[in-house]
Amino acid sequence: MIQLTVNGFEVQVPEGSTILEAAKAAEIKIPTLCKHPDLPPTAACGLCVVKVEGMPDLVRACSTPAQPGMQVETHDPEIVNVRRTLLELILSAHPNECLTCGRHGACELQELAKDFGIREEHFPSLRRELPRDDSTGCITLDPRKCIKCGRCLEMCQEQQDVWALSFMERGLNTRIAPAGDISLAESPCVHCGQCSAHCPVGAILEFDQTEAVWEALRDPTRHCVAQIAPSVRVSLGEAFGYEPGANLAGQLYHALRRMGFDTVFDTNFGADVTIMEEASELAERIRSAPEKLPLITTCCPSWVDFMEKFHADMIDHFSTCKSPHAILGTLTKTYYAEKEGIDPDSIFMVSIMPCTAKKYEITREASMYASGGQDVDISLTTRELTRMIRQTGIALENLNCLELPDSPLGEYSGAGVIFGVSGGVMESALRSAHYFLTGEDRAELEFEELRGLDGIKELTVNLGGHDLRVAVAHGLGHVEQVLERVRQAKLKGEPMPYDFIEVMACPGGCIGGGGQSWNVSNAVREQRAAGLLKEDRVQEVRTSYANPWIQQLYRDFLGEPLSEKARHLLHTRYQPRPEYLR
Amino acid sequence: MSTITPLKDRDALSTWAADLKTERASGAPVVIRVSMGTCGIAAKTTPVLEALQSEIRSQQKESQIEIVQTGCMGLCHSEPTIEVYDRQTQQSIFYGNVKPEQAPTLIREESSQAFGVDVLTQNWYRPEETDADVETAQARIVLRNTGRIDPESIADYVGTQGYAALANVVTTMQPDEVTQTMIDAGLRGRGGGGFPTGVKWQFAAKQPAGEKYVICNADEGDPGAFMDRAVLEGDPHAVLEAMAISGFAIGAAQGVVYIRAEYPLAIERLELAIQQARDCGLLGTNILGSGFDFDIELKYGAGAFVCGEETALIHSIEGLRGEPIFKPPFPAVEGLWEKPTIVNNVETLANICAIMRRGAKWFRQIGTEKCPGTKVFALAGKVKRVGLVEVPMGTTLRDIIFGVGQGIANDRAFKAVQTGGPSGGCLKTEDLDTPIDYESLRALGSMMGSGGMIVMDEDDCMVNIAKYFLEFTLDESCGRCTPCRIGNKRLHEMLVKVCSGRADMRTLEKLRQLSDTIKDTSLCGLGQTSPNPVLSTLRQFRREYLDHVMNHKCTAGVCSALVRYDINERCVGCTLCARNCPVSCITGAPKEHHEIDQERCIKCGVCQQACKFHAVDKH
Repeated sequence: MIQLTVNGFEVQVPEGSTILEAAKAAEIKIPTLCKHPDLPPTAACGLCVVKVEGMPDLVRACSTPAQPGMQVETHDPEIVNVRRTLLELILSAHPNECLTCGRHGACELQELAKDFGIREEHFPSLRRELPRDDSTGCITLDPRKCIKCGRCLEMCQEQQDVWALSFMERGLNTRIAPAGDISLAESPCVHCGQCSAHCPVGAILEFDQTEAVWEALRDPTRHCVAQIAPSVRVSLGEAFGYEPGANLAGQLYHALRRMGFDTVFDTNFGADVTIMEEASELAERIRSAPEKLPLITTCCPSWVDFMEKFHADMIDHFSTCKSPHAILGTLTKTYYAEKEGIDPDSIFMVSIMPCTAKKYEITREASMYASGGQDVDISLTTRELTRMIRQTGIALENLNCLELPDSPLGEYSGAGVIFGVSGGVMESALRSAHYFLTGEDRAELEFEELRGLDGIKELTVNLGGHDLRVAVAHGLGHVEQVLERVRQAKLKGEPMPYDFIEVMACPGGCIGGGGQSWNVSNAVREQRAAGLLKEDRVQEVRTSYANPWIQQLYRDFLGEPLSEKARHLLHTRYQPRPEYLR
Repeated sequence: MSTITPLKDRDALSTWAADLKTERASGAPVVIRVSMGTCGIAAKTTPVLEALQSEIRSQQKESQIEIVQTGCMGLCHSEPTIEVYDRQTQQSIFYGNVKPEQAPTLIREESSQAFGVDVLTQNWYRPEETDADVETAQARIVLRNTGRIDPESIADYVGTQGYAALANVVTTMQPDEVTQTMIDAGLRGRGGGGFPTGVKWQFAAKQPAGEKYVICNADEGDPGAFMDRAVLEGDPHAVLEAMAISGFAIGAAQGVVYIRAEYPLAIERLELAIQQARDCGLLGTNILGSGFDFDIELKYGAGAFVCGEETALIHSIEGLRGEPIFKPPFPAVEGLWEKPTIVNNVETLANICAIMRRGAKWFRQIGTEKCPGTKVFALAGKVKRVGLVEVPMGTTLRDIIFGVGQGIANDRAFKAVQTGGPSGGCLKTEDLDTPIDYESLRALGSMMGSGGMIVMDEDDCMVNIAKYFLEFTLDESCGRCTPCRIGNKRLHEMLVKVCSGRADMRTLEKLRQLSDTIKDTSLCGLGQTSPNPVLSTLRQFRREYLDHVMNHKCTAGVCSALVRYDINERCVGCTLCARNCPVSCITGAPKEHHEIDQERCIKCGVCQQACKFHAVDKH
């Protein structure tokens, strides 16, 4: 620990802390637009400048290490004035269109402009007209609004290892775009949306599709069905003043019904089906096709896209099972439509997802039309649903927290819930795989080693005499290491290092998804994860195979897991894709 | 020339050097050196060279006269330049502005003075070879061989003690002794920062053994500075040898020269030099049997000014966007490919062999106590003798401008001198007697920079000069941090306002305040120093700013918006001005008084130049 003073207050911080962290320890907030709590400093915006006794110039708090005995001054009138000047400079090169911006009211720049009481423009406008990029249909890139903080680049390049985005040109003309000035759709972008989740302003947003949903809801001939992903329920509340991790499942079902949805299902049920198929796949490969191990999970569309672009040699190892919401979409337009006697073509299926990539997934391959039409019509992000709820004037706190989803695709097990957090798919699959391999329930259902925010988590589990070596990776930047071990073993003809690998593109899994509520950080991710793990613990049924509604689905409709019908409806195919289309 | 064979050990190198000396002694008694740097070639030296060669043939003087193509002699004011050197008397005559048709005379006269050709005074000495000369302001350590040897011949380099320092270092010294010698010598980084080179080496040397890198920063970007190019084109082996020595000192086996792609001749000569050094066993594995391995590769820069900043430079080598990052960690701890790396600029490196040959004590005799050694300046602007000059640290600006540069051209009065390139500042007559080093220049609000020195006379508008330098920074800002990216644009807007007479006193106040903010809050050296030209002119030439703002007047007559052309009573109505005006804004019947339409006039001044009766006034 080192000791220093900030504005006269003594603080102790661990060695290696920055001045910004030391100030935070003294409960002093230094403004910054570029520094994100979890990411290394880019030192771009300059707003965090402070004075340090004995140093001739102002220094950046975000990137200057705290030293023992340092005397830091963070908010004297001179510093505040410098910050105001910098803020005015940033604003003068930023479009003046807050009212029509997707970040209005939740923008970090707007907040600071408000705090600094900036009422007039001291510098003439330098706004530059640049085209918007909606090419992916998942995220919207508006380079005019970019303040060059570099957070999205840190996510896209270093954390996610995708390198779709980069800074182009230099000086005042610096702008964000895929290298080579191609569109995002032509770039290696895997639609994870982490750029949008970390952007402090409205330069990168989710591609808004709420209008298409409103249109379907207004159409009396459509039977509108909604499903909510596990992680949405623990994040959506943040926009309405709830703590991260507050589970609002009941309020959400209720709200969706109030908005006009005819039926509300839960993606958790889809997750249970995924587990039935994927755990069976695992058991099958262990028994009869060990050369196809390790099995790699595919619930995450961003990861699927990443793999098809960068690791196509691993396609054989991929679980062919579709993701939970895709499965639920197919089942709604087949099983449910059949059961209720509804014309599948009249069903309008909306997925509420933590994710921007799900927008891409619903049309990515022929198997996404297994029901005969498009299985999921629209995939919305948490943030889009937030806006729809606001438009409806619904006050979440007045809604019924005990509201339940509709049958037969609504009742879920605890295993379905934890799909939303890194390690959850693995944990749920292990619970069921144990049963499929041994025919017995497993006593110990929780795998503490697979939880938490470490980028790579490993464990060896004994399942009915098989020592199963599993790995969980989240954040695409961590995948390379795991896959490289597999690749090396293959090359050298050595035994495989793993039998089963779970990958989620976003840090923390879906709770940290690119379409979740703003202001994500590791602290927030942990709270959201805790919310889901808590719900699993209180569920009566905690394994997918024991869910009576799952049993009914297989008995009445699908037959066995991996049956021909299940394979046709619930499984998909992969193909190598080029990184660049141009 | 001797054939190149790998040298086994130190003795083999000494033997070769001795052989070369004997060979030289029995060679042609007269040597004509022709300045064939990029600048010389651009000034049409090639036809001169060809004329000299063919004249030697036709006068059958092949055995008497040897022609050597050298790098730049630094005498830009009189290119093409040649030096006629007599081996017996060891005397030289320098000729400037040589024309091909003067070749017969020059060859005929050999080492006696050829009449009708401009003779230039040589005003430098080489501290390594002769003692200080009170008459000559210049002392050439860095430029010792530049303009003297054939840069494309390793034999020429070895013949002037080349690679002797490396041989001595790798066979008789320990790495920490080398570093200590550098610390004792007190050499400071010539790229502009002035950080002690030995201390930088020591940081890197102290890092745990393993992969380390030595980088030569040859991304010379200051407008008007070209000393690094001159060294690379004129004496490439000196840089390679120094890199190998620094590699030995810090424990690096790989060196990289980061050179801008706009220097094709320097690249060509460096590539050749690297190949020659490898063929001779002076680069590669087990150099001179010492067990020390070292090799060098070239990386080309795309000409971004900011890539002269070491962290941006390293990014660029790694294939990333050339952007500076926050230090620490310093490159000496975590540099290229995250390995300990030292980055030294060309001029710094060009000092190292001399220090190793003659020792730290010798080096400290030159220059000042805090800044031993010399500094090369690219003297440009309104001075009579523009060119490359190398003077001991502590020389006064007056000695450089009025001594070496022989004062202001065209009988105008000296107004200011700008040092440090776009990051530097302007100095006035009062500052001329300051002995220059890093600290004294900084104290005057300017800086050493890489050594650009632009002299200005009364016809230069200081506001316009500040605007010019800011335009450069504006183009070259990487765009990463707010103050530099947007702030400099704002400064430029304000200067445009001043130059066009639209500014008020508040503009000047805002100009100063914003300059201070940019200086205080920019991330790297480029941004931190970018307002210097503004701040220093504001301070030193406030009168001129006030003239622009209060009186709407540009005394130097440079800012076109504040200039007005009028036709006086001397006009005879010859119509010459009207016929020459590019925008046809002058009216008047022949033999009658003419008028300029002020609304349409673009203030180009053509009418004034055209008028034969002094009838056009500029005010």
